[in-house]
Amino acid sequence: MNVSGWFEAVASCSSATTNSRSQALSLHPAASHRENLTSSSFKPPTPRPGHLPNMVVYAVLILNKAGGLIYQRDFNPGLQKLSSNDYLILAGTFHGVHAITSQISPTNETSSSGLEVLESENFVMRCFQTLTGTKFLIFAEPRQQNLDVVVRRVYELYADYVMKNPFYQIEMPIRSEGFDRHLNSYIKPHQ
Amino acid sequence: MSSTSRARLGEEVWKLRTDKINAELVTLTYGSVVAQLCKDLDGDYAEVNKQLDKMGYNIGLRLIEDFLAKSNMQQKCANFRDTADVLSKVGFKMFLNITPTIANWSSDNKQFSLLFDENPLADFVELPDDGKAQSELWYSNMLCGVIRGALEMVQMSVDAHFVSDVLRGNDTTEMRINLIRYIEDEMPQDDE
Repeated sequence: MNVSGWFEAVASCSSATTNSRSQALSLHPAASHRENLTSSSFKPPTPRPGHLPNMVVYAVLILNKAGGLIYQRDFNPGLQKLSSNDYLILAGTFHGVHAITSQISPTNETSSSGLEVLESENFVMRCFQTLTGTKFLIFAEPRQQNLDVVVRRVYELYADYVMKNPFYQIEMPIRSEGFDRHLNSYIKPHQ
Repeated sequence: MSSTSRARLGEEVWKLRTDKINAELVTLTYGSVVAQLCKDLDGDYAEVNKQLDKMGYNIGLRLIEDFLAKSNMQQKCANFRDTADVLSKVGFKMFLNITPTIANWSSDNKQFSLLFDENPLADFVELPDDGKAQSELWYSNMLCGVIRGALEMVQMSVDAHFVSDVLRGNDTTEMRINLIRYIEDEMPQDDE
């Protein structure tokens, strides 16, 4: 019998899965006049491990469960640069907005997952909140459809290279070379 | 998600998405941790249990993210019975390749037991014959901490402890898990 890695420091990558999720509440500001491309029934194709569908990802942000920004990184030019203080404000504001949107679901469901997609003319943002309350935000070029695959993969990398590092303090800013490296090789700057 | 599809999910994650390492390495590593604690703490087994639980707790806080990322669970469990089912069929399955039996539910559905038919941590173990270990040491107590830590991260405050262990000469290895409360989102005071 084999026992899986309780103490494992490094786990290799397994392929990202592609569950398309129903979107309890998707906000599409400025998108009502054109074709709505984030339909909840859309099923993205299964990507090969380590293979990112051809798309431009601008930035990845990770928020801890209290709304604090613990990771921010730009991958491609396209977003406005902010000061580090403004990033913190952005994260805190988004955290609040997310909390509100999860309370005002128009459906009868008792709990809503809150804001998941934010689409504008110049970018699309995908938010994925894990059951532990951590939020992953991905900013990309508009009209990208496989962002939920990307965000799941980023979550897996986070689980491996951040959470399994015994010296990483939970809820604190992420300074991990391994995480940076693997994230970078997954989301390569678009050529 | 039904109980059988959870069993299938656990099987699938274990087979396809989990890196395997040698069982002896885990058993011996865990064994040397426990033995070293017993030595360092001078046979104060109550303290050893506590330290093991604490170490497990810290593992649980981290392991939950791996669990969620690999199992692709996105729905909260509807009730504590579901939680127990996921814990046994997906959680234990993907990390230890065992599926403890769920039994002895309390009438309010807040307490249950996990019965371990096999326990990979305790292969080859015989407790020391000093008259105390047999009645005081819970050898696999780290598991309690792991469960406590992992469930705490998904808004459940639980108490987990062993009530019997085959290593002590009991017939079964039984862990009791008790839901204390669901942790609600804490609203700041004076939030206007």
